[in-house]
Amino acid sequence: MTYSYFPGCTLKNKAKDLDRYGRLSAAALGVELEEIEEWQCCGAVYPQASDEIATRLSSVRALNAAKEKGQPLLTLCSACHHVIKRVNHDLATNADIRTKVNNYLELDTPYQGETKVLHYLEMLRDEVGFDTLKKAVKNPMKGTKIAAYYGCLLLRPSGVMSFDDPENPSIIEDFIRAIGAEPVIYSQRNECCGGYMAMEDKGAAQDRVEKIHDSARKAGAELIITACPLCMYNLDVNGKENKLPVKYFTELLYRALGLEEAKDNV
Amino acid sequence: MQKIGVFVCWCGSNIAATVDVKAVANAMRSEPGVVYSTDYQYMCSENGQNLIKDAIRDYKLDGVVVCSCSPRMHEATFRKTALSAGLNPYMVEIANIREQCSWIHKDMEEGTQKAMVLARAAIAKVKKNAPLTAGTTPVTKRALVIGGGIAGIQTALDVADAGYEVDIVEKSPTIGGRMAQLDKTFPTLDCSACILTPKMVEANQHENIHLITYAELENVSGFVGNFTARIKKKARYVDETKCTGCGICTEKCPSRKGLNAFNMGLNTRGAVYIPFAQAIPNVAVIDTENCLHFKTGKCGICQKNCSAGAINFEQKEEILERKYGAIIVATGFRPIDASAFDEYAYTQSKDVVTSLELERLMNAAGPTGGVLLRPSDGEHPKEIVFIQCVGSRCSKDAAKGKEYCSKICCMYTAKHAMLIREKYPDTNVHVFYIDVRTPGKNFDEFYRRAAEQYGVDYIKGMVGKVSVEGKKLHVQGSDLISNEQVHIDADLVVLATAIEPDPTARSIGTMLTASMDTNDFFTEAHPKLRPVESPTAGIFLSGVCQGPKDIPETVAQAGAAASKVIGLLSKKELVGNPCVAHANELLCNGCSQCEKVCPYGAITYEDKEVRGPEFRGTKRIAVVNEAICQGCGACTVTCPSTAMDLKGFSNNQIMEEVDAICR
Repeated sequence: MTYSYFPGCTLKNKAKDLDRYGRLSAAALGVELEEIEEWQCCGAVYPQASDEIATRLSSVRALNAAKEKGQPLLTLCSACHHVIKRVNHDLATNADIRTKVNNYLELDTPYQGETKVLHYLEMLRDEVGFDTLKKAVKNPMKGTKIAAYYGCLLLRPSGVMSFDDPENPSIIEDFIRAIGAEPVIYSQRNECCGGYMAMEDKGAAQDRVEKIHDSARKAGAELIITACPLCMYNLDVNGKENKLPVKYFTELLYRALGLEEAKDNV
Repeated sequence: MQKIGVFVCWCGSNIAATVDVKAVANAMRSEPGVVYSTDYQYMCSENGQNLIKDAIRDYKLDGVVVCSCSPRMHEATFRKTALSAGLNPYMVEIANIREQCSWIHKDMEEGTQKAMVLARAAIAKVKKNAPLTAGTTPVTKRALVIGGGIAGIQTALDVADAGYEVDIVEKSPTIGGRMAQLDKTFPTLDCSACILTPKMVEANQHENIHLITYAELENVSGFVGNFTARIKKKARYVDETKCTGCGICTEKCPSRKGLNAFNMGLNTRGAVYIPFAQAIPNVAVIDTENCLHFKTGKCGICQKNCSAGAINFEQKEEILERKYGAIIVATGFRPIDASAFDEYAYTQSKDVVTSLELERLMNAAGPTGGVLLRPSDGEHPKEIVFIQCVGSRCSKDAAKGKEYCSKICCMYTAKHAMLIREKYPDTNVHVFYIDVRTPGKNFDEFYRRAAEQYGVDYIKGMVGKVSVEGKKLHVQGSDLISNEQVHIDADLVVLATAIEPDPTARSIGTMLTASMDTNDFFTEAHPKLRPVESPTAGIFLSGVCQGPKDIPETVAQAGAAASKVIGLLSKKELVGNPCVAHANELLCNGCSQCEKVCPYGAITYEDKEVRGPEFRGTKRIAVVNEAICQGCGACTVTCPSTAMDLKGFSNNQIMEEVDAICR
C-alpha cells in the first residue's frame, strides 16, 4: 500500500524521532510512504471561526496533492492529523467553506473532501492489522508496562475524527499488546496535557502534567508513549520529579520490529 | 345545473387576518354553479352550522364547499351538518384556507388570491362528487393487549370489568414489567411490589382475562373491529398446566451462568428459573442457552426432581390465531444502554450503576437482600454521587443520547437519595442536575424534603468525567451557582439514564401500521384531544409506549385507553368509510398489480362475464372488499389501465381540481 505522507514541520525539527522511526518501521512492514512534494504547514491550529478560510488553504493543498495521486493521505503528528482531518470534513460537508476555498485556490478540479485521511496508528490497525504486526515483531517487549497517552487531538471531536471511543479508547493499548508489552489503563490517558497553556500559564500546564504522570505511575506504568509532539514536549519539559520516561510510539515500534539490531548488523 | 353553496370561515382572526374573506365569498358568487356564497366568523359554531343548514334547505343546494381549516379538523362536523339538513354528507368538500394558506402566508393579497384558487378547486371537485353510503361491519367483542406491565394490566382489567374478553400477550415469562423491578414508588414511598402484585393476581384470576406469556406477536391483519392476530408462544420446556411453581428445579439446576435479567444482570440464576417470587404465571422456564441438557444432551436434573412431571424438553413453540375488535399497545420502555456514556466510566467500573440497577441493589428481594453494598467489593458506600439527565435532553447534534426529557428521573433520584439518607445517615449523597423538574401532585414537596430535611447535596451542574482511581471514583463536575469546579471521591456513582421505547415497539408499530415518532414512541391521533388513540383506527396506546410517564400517569392513561376500547367494543357494528377503491370491469385486465400493493389484502380476483363495447365475454377482474379497503389509494396509482378508482377521490375529480387551479 502506498500513501501520500504529510510529515509536518515539527517532524522536521523537534520531533525528528517520531518521523524517522515511523518511516523505517513502515518500510519494514511493506508500507510505502511517499512524502508530498512541497508540502506546507498544516495550519497548526484548526480555526474555530467558520469564515476563516486562509488558515485552511495549506491543508487543502496537501489533501488535493494526495487526491491527484489517488492515494490516501497519511499523517503522524497528532496536531497535523487533527487539522487536516477536520479541514477535510469541512470541505466535504460545508458548502460555504468549499466554495470559498475553491474560488481562492482555482484548482484544475475543485476539491470536495475526496481524500481519505489516516493517522499512522489507523494504518497499523486497519491496513497492516495488529495481528500481522504481532507476527512481524522480533523483539517483543515482554513484561514492560506501558501507559498510552492519547491527549485530546486524536480523539475529539469524535464525530469528525472517528478515530476511537473518546471516553474509553483502545487503539494505542492494542498497539502496545501487538508489540508484546502490557498496556496500563489509567484515568488521565485521554485528558488534555495542558500543552496549549504552557506559554500563557506554565503552572496550569505543570499541574496537568503532574496529574498525568501521577496517574500513570500509580497504575504501575514504567513508560508513557504518545503520538503527539506537543504532548511529548510538555510531558517531558513540564514534568516534575515524579515523571516517567516519555517516548514516541514509533520508537517502540522500530525496536520491537528488531530494526535496531538489523542496522547494527549492517 | 348543480346548485353549490360556498361558506367562507374567518376562524376569528386565524384566517381573516391574512385572507380577505369577504372578497373570497364575493368572488365565488360568480363561479358557475354557485348559487349562494357567504362568510361567517366561526362556521363550526352552532350558528355557523345553522347558516349552512338553512342555505341547504332554502337554496336546495346539492353541493357544499366550506373554506375553513384542515379537513382533519372539521370535515366530520360539516358532513354531519349536511346530513341533518338532508344532504348526503359526501357532497361536502373542504377548501383548507387555514393550515395551507392563512397560517403560512403573511401577505394579505397573496393569501386572498390563494384562498380563491383553493375554493375554486373545491367547487370543481364537489361538482363531480357522487352521494356515497357507508357500509357497516360487525365488531369482534375481544381485545388484545400487547405488553403485561402496569399499563397493559390496568387496561386489561378495566376492559375485562366491562364484560369483554381480553388477551394479554407478554414477551417475557411473567407479567409485571418494569414496575415489578422497582423498590419503592414516589412520592408516597409505598412498596412497588405490594401495590402491583395484587393487580397481577387479579389479572390472572379474572374470568375475562387470558394471559399469554412468553409469547410474541407475529402478524396482524384486518382492520378496526375485525383484526386477526398470529401469536407465537415460545417453548418454555415446562408444562404450564402441570408446574406448581415449587421452585425445586430452580434450586437443583447445576448451571449458574445465566444472568438474572430481573436483577438487571447483577447476579446469576439457574438455567431453569422463575423470574421472581411473585411471578405470574408462577411457572418455571428453561433458558436453552445455558441449559446443560440443551448444550450437551446430558444433565436432566430438573426433570428427575420435578414431582409434577412438568419438565418437557420436547416442547415446541405454538402458534395461536385469534380475532380481536381492538388492539392496545402497552409495550413500555427500557433504560438506554449507559455504555455509550463512558465519560461516566460505566463500562470501566462495577461501582458505576444505573438507577434501575440501584433499585435492585436496594430491594429486599435483590441480589444484596436490600442492603446497599458496592457491587465491586461488597462494602458499604459512604460517598454517593447521582448524575441526572444521562442521555436525556441531549442536543440535536450530539453523537449520542435523546433530545427529550425522560420525565421520571428527577423524582426517582430524589427518592433514591432520600431512602439512602434515611437508611444510612452516615452516607453523603450528592446529586448533579441540570434542572429539577417536579410537576405533579406532591412532587415538589417530595424533592424539597430530600434536599431540606434529608440533607441531600443538590449541585446545579453536570459531571464532566468520572475516573477510576483505585477503589474510588473521582467525580469531576461543575457547580454553576458558586461557579467552581467540584471534585468528589465517591464510592458509588448512580446514573439516571434516559428511558427509551422497548426495542420491540418498532416492529409492532409496522405490523399495526401505527405511526411512530423519530424516537419510536407511538404517535397519538391528536396530541391534546385524542391522546390514547393511534391514528390507525382500532389501535390504542397505553403507558410509556406513547411517551415518558410515571406510574400514576401510566395508570390514568391505561384507564383512558380502556374506556375508548369499551366504547368501540360496545358498538353493534361499525360504520365504514365509503371512500374506497373499486375496479371498472370494462378497463380491468386482471394483471394483479393492485393486489400486490394493497397493504390490507382487500383485493381479490374473479372471472366475470363482461359486456362492453370493445370486449364481450368472461375475463379475470379485480374485486375490492369494501369492508377491508381503507381508501389509501395505492392501487389507483399503480393500476396501468386506470381501471382502479377511489370513490370520493376519483381521478376525474382530482383532474378537475388541477384544472381549476391552473385556470
